[in-house]
Amino acid sequence: MNLFETIRFALRAITANKLRSSLTVLGILIGVAAVILLVAVGNGSAQAVQRQIEALGTNTLTVTAGGGGGARGAASTTSTALNMDLVPALEDKAEAPHVRSVSPVVTGSQSATYEGTDHTIAQFVGTYPGWVAASNFKVAKGSLFTDEDVKDSRKVVVIGKTVAEELFGTVDPLSKQVTVAGKLFTVVGVLADKGGTGFTDPNDVAVAPVSAVQESLTGYGSLNQLLIQATSPEDVTDAQSEVTAILNAKLNITGSSTSAYRIQNASQLLETRANTAETFTLLLGAVAGISLLVGGIGITNIMMVTVTERTREIGIRKALGAPKRTILTQFLVEATVLSLIGGLLGVAAAVIGSRFTIVSIQPVIVPSSVFLALGFSVAIGLFFGSYPASRAAGLRPIEALRYE
Amino acid sequence: MGVPVHETAASQGTGPSPVLDVQHVRKIYGQGETEVQALRGVSLTVERGDYVAIMGSSGSGKSTLMNILGCLDIPTTGRYLLDGVDVSRLNDRQLALVRNRRIGFVFQAFNLIARTTALANVELPLAYAGVKGAERRRRANLALAMVGLADRADHEPNQLSGGQQQRVAVARALVTAPALVLADEPTGNLDTQSTNDVLAVFDRLSASGRTIVLITHEPDVAERAKRLIRLVDGHIVQDERLK
Repeated sequence: MNLFETIRFALRAITANKLRSSLTVLGILIGVAAVILLVAVGNGSAQAVQRQIEALGTNTLTVTAGGGGGARGAASTTSTALNMDLVPALEDKAEAPHVRSVSPVVTGSQSATYEGTDHTIAQFVGTYPGWVAASNFKVAKGSLFTDEDVKDSRKVVVIGKTVAEELFGTVDPLSKQVTVAGKLFTVVGVLADKGGTGFTDPNDVAVAPVSAVQESLTGYGSLNQLLIQATSPEDVTDAQSEVTAILNAKLNITGSSTSAYRIQNASQLLETRANTAETFTLLLGAVAGISLLVGGIGITNIMMVTVTERTREIGIRKALGAPKRTILTQFLVEATVLSLIGGLLGVAAAVIGSRFTIVSIQPVIVPSSVFLALGFSVAIGLFFGSYPASRAAGLRPIEALRYE
Repeated sequence: MGVPVHETAASQGTGPSPVLDVQHVRKIYGQGETEVQALRGVSLTVERGDYVAIMGSSGSGKSTLMNILGCLDIPTTGRYLLDGVDVSRLNDRQLALVRNRRIGFVFQAFNLIARTTALANVELPLAYAGVKGAERRRRANLALAMVGLADRADHEPNQLSGGQQQRVAVARALVTAPALVLADEPTGNLDTQSTNDVLAVFDRLSASGRTIVLITHEPDVAERAKRLIRLVDGHIVQDERLK
């Protein structure tokens, strides 16, 4: 009895009870498809996050004011706030050779009006022109405001795509005036669409000279951020240490009290997000793995029924001289073929399923998860089939023949 | 359809050892209160080419004897040599081998494997014996031709009449050319016509020198054999040569 023939016997036995076999296969199919698809969803979301962070620019550093400043003594409270005075110090080429540009940022949500149309801009940014490039934005129409505009505190604004659509619709926004918190700003440019999927719309943005925003909207208080662009992605670490040194000196920070401000770079952010995504993927995979396990128990169940049902047939085979091993192999192969068919169909289902967007995430199939799930399904067939198979093989022919 | 007289001479022991050699075999089921003695010391020798009918009412121990002879069960005490081999000393794997090579079973309930063609059913013991595909088909077709069912090779059991199914079972029993064909009430489920068909096959087998042990409770079936053994309460009470 060679393996080929044993497989043929197994296939014949499987097709003999199509409904039951297909329901068992369905159990494994769902398990395997769930594993591959959920891991693909996790992977897809990880890649989306990565793209998003890369869109922020990988050669930028973000300095934000730390939360710990206010709790300390009066002398340090004022100095922890980020202010415009820091900008020239950070731009000093001698002290910070790896810093290409520094953009002070005041930001907040502002409601804007144009001829009766209202829109709340999620990010109304007051900054230097350099911010636009550092944030990976491009100007699609019109032009960016200039350093002159910043110096003269001109109320000009460059708006994002979403803002342009919401406020102006089909009207050309260039040279139109929008009212922001009672002040008139002239639109000089429109930013190009910046791709990115996520919870916030990166195009719901407006950029104006920092001086104008401070003068008319926020006042000359502290800055929200300093966006620092390093000379190249490789120089980010150097730039970070230079910035840290300058800030420590300027803000009178000694020792380890780094809570006055926080420096984040994109690669750190990337790493954190990647770790989160990995945990997420693992969790999804584990949930799917449980469903695969349930499918495996389904196989044991159905093979037990099959063995009981075919007790007499097993008796006949034994009387005809089938060795224990052959019976064992036959039932093991049957269970494995069931789970393998389920596994293959599951892979097919997962491949088809991954073409659709699931909860706004485009799944990306991880090749190793396909092989893992397939291998696992075969292992499940062997493992969960082994008990029924050994029971079949262990039947005494005389009792098996007497079974009705 | 009687057996030609001159065949009896050919049935006299041709080999050095008898096909069956059963000595003082006992079989006890259960223990203590529920103890049942199915066989109480049976001794029996069957020579090569013999055609033996074992008769007895239900509960006489004839099925137990059949199971022991077929290596499906082992005696509690006593010795059983099949073709000169002491089967009580064999392990599971060796017993499977003995059943495959030396014994051909014919059951009352036919016991063909469902949804499997007659040819595949007959091929099965050869498959377990490791015979290759083409040779297997050739021998299975020969065996089917021998029972007169060459034209039914592609039919599945449920497409065959009872008598035809039993003849397929007989073909399956003899395809491995076993030392012994063991038939347990082979005509128990058959009408008269089918009974005659099947018994005719047995007659032909016996004529060609096969050793047959047939268990029955029908006297007219037993009459076709060369030797009649009557079993009562686990003892052999009668052992006579008919022809």
